[in-house]
Formats: sequence, structure tokens, C-alpha cells
Amino acid sequence: MGGRLEIDDLHVNFGQAVILQGVTLSLDRAPLSLVGRNGMGKSTLCHAIMGMVAAKKGSVTLDGRPLLGLGPSRVARGGIALVPQGRRMFPSLSVHEHLLLVAGRTRGAWTVERVYETFPRLAERRRNGGNQLSGGEQQMLAISRALLMNPRIVIMDEPSEGLAPVIVDHLIETLRAIAAEGMGVLLVEQNMRVATSVSDQVAIMVTGRIATTMPARDLEADRDAQRRYLGVSHGH
Amino acid sequence: MSLMSRSHWTLTALVLAILVSMPLLLPDFWLSGILGRSLIYGIVALSITFLASYGGFISLAQTMLAGIAGYTVAILAPTAIPASQSAVSYWLAMPLAVLAATLAGAVVGLIAIRTRDIYLLMITLALAVGFSLFAQSNIDWFNGYEGIRNVVGPELFGQPFRAHTVFYYVSLTLAALLYLMVLYVVRTPFGLVLQGIRDNPRRVAALGFDVAVHRIAAFAMAGFIAGCGGVLITFYNIGITPGSIGMTATVNVLVMSVIGGLGHPVGAFIGAVIFTLIDTFAATIYDRDRFNTLIGLVFLGIVVASPDGVLGLGKRLAGRGKRKDAGDGGTPH
Repeated sequence: MGGRLEIDDLHVNFGQAVILQGVTLSLDRAPLSLVGRNGMGKSTLCHAIMGMVAAKKGSVTLDGRPLLGLGPSRVARGGIALVPQGRRMFPSLSVHEHLLLVAGRTRGAWTVERVYETFPRLAERRRNGGNQLSGGEQQMLAISRALLMNPRIVIMDEPSEGLAPVIVDHLIETLRAIAAEGMGVLLVEQNMRVATSVSDQVAIMVTGRIATTMPARDLEADRDAQRRYLGVSHGH
Repeated sequence: MSLMSRSHWTLTALVLAILVSMPLLLPDFWLSGILGRSLIYGIVALSITFLASYGGFISLAQTMLAGIAGYTVAILAPTAIPASQSAVSYWLAMPLAVLAATLAGAVVGLIAIRTRDIYLLMITLALAVGFSLFAQSNIDWFNGYEGIRNVVGPELFGQPFRAHTVFYYVSLTLAALLYLMVLYVVRTPFGLVLQGIRDNPRRVAALGFDVAVHRIAAFAMAGFIAGCGGVLITFYNIGITPGSIGMTATVNVLVMSVIGGLGHPVGAFIGAVIFTLIDTFAATIYDRDRFNTLIGLVFLGIVVASPDGVLGLGKRLAGRGKRKDAGDGGTPH
């Protein structure tokens, strides 16, 4: 498990609009958080890694194997799972069906049984539809769906969005546990507390580039940098 | 939604038991002319309902696929008039016919994977009309406008296929098997992926599934179902003509699916029974020339009263007292 994800000089345009202009980033054993304001290109970066949007220039490799141009299904089978922003459940499938959909295609540490052990709440709601869940339950299901692919790297796009603080605490614990097992974690967040609790290093994205990468502890202490890069006066 | 509860299975078994005992209760005309006919056209409607209900595709090519199977079995039939150069046993002709429909279904899927909604409707309609016109103009294989006659089907248990009970039981068995196959398949990972694609194809791709391959496979399976129906329809009509697979036939099967309800496979058979009853008795309760007016009005009435067909109407009436499906595991917070 785990792998080395290298993103080098990645450019993405939507028509005339330049979204990513030379993103360079690498992820290895240690989890990495990526923060930045709205509209800086964080989600586009996630989609570009997955092959869901086409890149104009640059490269993305996993353990040296190029991923660009493969298309999302082959990138996913290559060992990268995305927990998308907004969770994206399937309205017509139950919780259990969501898990069966992806279970059994890969061998690895994560099985349906283990998901139910880790998230007992999902076991209780196994027959409920994907859209009948609370935000926190949907997030657990979205993460479980990604874990069941037994990926080498899991990318999470704003998992804490819209969740109650107590659920966010549970989320932080879960993400730390996943990272501690050796799965690569790229965490895209706007919530400073989540970002700095999960990883020691934080990359900051500004207008389609990585402006800087700094230790989480430094960013926490540096109110000025927070204001400059994130437009927040303190973590919330 | 795709999980069948125990009460559903009990109901299914009960309905099957009633259908199995029908030859004891009904005169021959009802047995083959109403029930048998409903079952075989219901099979073709089932292929539409399967694609619509679980894949989110409305395909107008299913009658054409049934026709491809029908023409294949007719061309290969040992009894066919005009006699064929390539006649084989019915036992070989039937699986070949279903295979042809399955492959043709995959080809339709291949054409259809990049389109949805109204464009898919138009493309499949064009294919259907095109095939019917081709069959009409081709003499060498399809015998043009007249079609192929005397395709009587194989003998079973020493009886001709046309014998009312034989035809009825074969149709019932096949319809039941295909119906259960659909219910089974939609619970397999393949079926779940299909429903996921209907909800959100991008998400399914990001989970590592090849969306195009799954769509083509769904169309191939629908082609298999339609092909089974097409072989039986050809035996029922003792032959096949271009008219029987043309625009009218295509719309008729679509009407069956819609009035029955596209939400569940059983709707195909409910719709087929209603359609067949009206088709058969409209002339006696109403002027024969006005038959289409009557079926049009019934269609309109059902669709206005319940956009999801008779099935939705029944569900709404049954669900008036109790709230179903939702919230049996606590309330979302």
C-alpha cells in the first residue's frame, strides 16, 4: 500500500480560462493537506489527477507510471481513489449496495465487514438509500466506497464541508487512522483545523499554483500567512 | 429499491402458481390469444423496461432486435415458405436467433453509448425503421413485403409448438425465467454499476468502472431478452413480415412498457396484458376502426393519472395508508 504520486508542471484550461498553471506537488508516505481559497483550482487538480478533466500540459505519475490520458476508470484501477466534494451518492442505491458495487474487485485490507466495523452507523443504515443519510453518514459512505477500492492513494476533496463539529472530530480521527496504516492521503480542505490535524505538511494553492508548502505547525501559528493565503483570521 | 422483500417473493410465487394453473380454467383462445400473447410481447417490453428502469435508456430498437431474432429463426427454419437454402433444425435455429439479437443489441449499445435521452430515442427509432424498410426491400433473404411464412416452431413432447398448452407453458416458463434473470442481475455488481451509471456516470468511472463497456453489455442483455421474445412471436404468428416489426409494432411495445410502468420489470407484463385485452376486445365494445382512438385514450388516461404507469398507480393506492421504504433505520440527522 502507499505509493509515490508526482505531479509536475500540470496545466489545465477550461476553454479560455486558465485554471491550473503549473502545479508541482509530490505525495509519498506522509499525508499531505492542500489548502486554498475557493476558486483556486483545488477541485480541478483532483479531477485532473483522476483524468476526469483533460490536462493541457504536465505530467502525473504514480510510482513512475504516467496517469495522464488514461481516463478515470483506469486511473482508479491504477490505485487512486477520489472522495469527491459533495459526496455524490447514488440516489437509487442503498448503503449496502454502494459498498457491494466496489467490494470484491480488489484484494486488500478493506472489506465490507471492516467498513461496518469501522463505521457502525453505516451498518445500522445499510438498507437506507444513499440520499436518506445525514451529511456525516454520507461522508462516511463516500470514504468507505473509496477505501473498498483498496487504493494506494486516496484523494479527499473537502470532506469536512457542511459537517457538524463533532462529526468533523470523528472525520479527523478516521483520516489519521487511514494515513497511519500506510495509505497515501491527499487531503484538500478549507477547514484549517482539519488540514493541520491530519498532516504535518500543508501545501497552499493560489490561483492555480502551489504558492508554498510549510509545516502545519508554522501555518497554525502564522496568522498573517493564513490571512494572506486563505482569507481567514483564525482556524475555525 | 431493487431489494425484493419477502412479501414480494410471496406475491410473485402466488401469481406464478395462478398462471401455471390457468390451462385448467381458461378456454384455449384466452390461453394463447390473450395470456400467451401478452407474455411474448411482454418479454420484448421487458427488454425496454430493463434498460429504462436500471440503465435510464429509452430504446426504440427493441422490437427491431426481436425482429432480427424472428427473421433469423425464419430464415433458418426447416418448414419455412419460401424454403430456405440454409435450413437447419429448429433446435439450432433458435439459439442462433437469440445470439443474433444479442450481438445486434451490443451493436445498438455501441452506437448508443455516446447519446442519451431524445438523441438515443431518435437513433434507435431510425435503426428500427431502417431495418423494417430493409427487410421489406430485400427479397433474397427476407422475401420482401410478404415475409416468411409457415415458421411453426419445433415439436415438443410429441405435440406441435402451436398447441395451445405447449405454446402457453413455453411462453410462461421463458417469461418467468427472463423476469427472474432481470431481478437477479440488477442485484449483482453489474446491475449495481448500471444503476450507478444512470445516477452519475462520471462517478462510476472514477470508481474504476468502464462506463461504455457496461452500457454495451446492458444493451446486449436487452437484445438477448428481446430476441427470446422475437422467436416466440414468430412462432405465434407462424411467420414474420416487415410490417410486424415496423413503426406501429415498435410503438405498441413501447406503449405496453409505459402503461405498465417503467419503474419495475413486472410493469412490462402488466402493460402487455392491458394492451392485449384492449387490442382484442376494442372491436367488440367499440367500432373496429376506432380501435386506435380507444387505446390512445386509455394510454392518455393512464399517463395523466399516473406518470409511472399502472404500477405507480397501484403503489400510490397501496402506500396511501402507510409510508414505505423510508426511515426503517432511524431518522437522518
